[in-house]
Amino acid sequence: MARITAGVATSHVPAIGAAIDNGKMADPYWAPIFEGYEFVKQWAKDNTPDVVILVYNDHASALMLDIVPTFAMGFADEFLSADEGWGRRPVPVVYNHIDLAAHIAEQLVIDEFDITIINEMDVDHGLTVPLSLVFGQVEEWPCKVIPLAVNVTQFPTPSGERCWKLGEAIRNAVKTFPEELNVQIWGTGGMSHQLQGTRAGLINKEFDNRFLDLLAHEPEELATWTRLEYLREAGTEGIELIMWLIMRAALGYGVEELHRFYRVPASNTAVGHVVYKALS
Amino acid sequence: MPRQRLYSLEELEDIPGTKVFTAKSSRLAYHLHKFCMSLMAADNREAFKADERGYMDRFKIPEAQKQAVLERDFSKLIELGGNMYFLVKIASTDGWSAQKAVGSMSGMSPEEYGAMMIEGGRSPEGMRSIRENR
Repeated sequence: MARITAGVATSHVPAIGAAIDNGKMADPYWAPIFEGYEFVKQWAKDNTPDVVILVYNDHASALMLDIVPTFAMGFADEFLSADEGWGRRPVPVVYNHIDLAAHIAEQLVIDEFDITIINEMDVDHGLTVPLSLVFGQVEEWPCKVIPLAVNVTQFPTPSGERCWKLGEAIRNAVKTFPEELNVQIWGTGGMSHQLQGTRAGLINKEFDNRFLDLLAHEPEELATWTRLEYLREAGTEGIELIMWLIMRAALGYGVEELHRFYRVPASNTAVGHVVYKALS
Repeated sequence: MPRQRLYSLEELEDIPGTKVFTAKSSRLAYHLHKFCMSLMAADNREAFKADERGYMDRFKIPEAQKQAVLERDFSKLIELGGNMYFLVKIASTDGWSAQKAVGSMSGMSPEEYGAMMIEGGRSPEGMRSIRENR
């Protein structure tokens, strides 16, 4: 049987990817951020999964113009890194686990999540920056990846509560996959940031740290926070944090927080990162 | 019974200095955004750099949006329905960092904005609600 053994959450700031690709990781601005990922890099070597279900949002790279799916699953055999305006990130091709993806899609519909299937797309920094942060600069990614794209950009976005329920449904789906698989779920994006208007540069450390406090052991409370609260408190792009709820709900009731990191800023954004071991 | 909204849609317009991107704003900026996404190909970036207006004329972009692109007025483009995830592709084509593009809307110089971020970013105090003045 497949099992979700652990969860990782991390911001996916594009400038972090650029710092990695351009060899700036030791610069004084970036070094303290990459130090926060030393733990997960080692942990991932000792706990390499077979598959990562990677929850992220597309930043108008493959989606958002003609089609805006609320929840969409990448279903191609492989995904290339997108050219977001400065060339493709020099990272390995992302390979899918089609059998597990197909099983999850089937089960999600039974659980009333009618998921969109995407048969061709490139994946942008939202997906590739977390892979680089956790697995480093490698020739090939050490596991398969099922991209799960969430619309957190165009209102109406899904609610935090809906994301929570999707996470629960993913948990149930993975549990019923007959093959032995070690599966991790990653939630990405956030933490507080706003990329527009005269409120640009908004950071809310209190909000972010309250979120991190609750996420591990009292996450049900987070599921009741409205989208308006995220916008007001964490900025128009801070609402990406609802994707962390999908990760957390998919881990089930109890988790052990193996690592937590928070730092301001990376470019316009507060960086948050946690590693959870599933206990049930 | 339909489920109740937890807040009114008007409240999305109650956040200072903020325009929430909606399905309706996406309609207003559809052709602008189509142009932005075209900049994901190197040859299109070159064509745009060689003749900005001529390149934009290939798209059905309203004149006010074209003008704002020529002026790199991101505040105006947001006001006209744009969303930063599309617009940042113009900045990337120019070789601007995302921080420079985002900071340009804040009314601060790039240096002032960068310093504010290093100091911990913009505080949400007084920036949460126009109506409640908090």
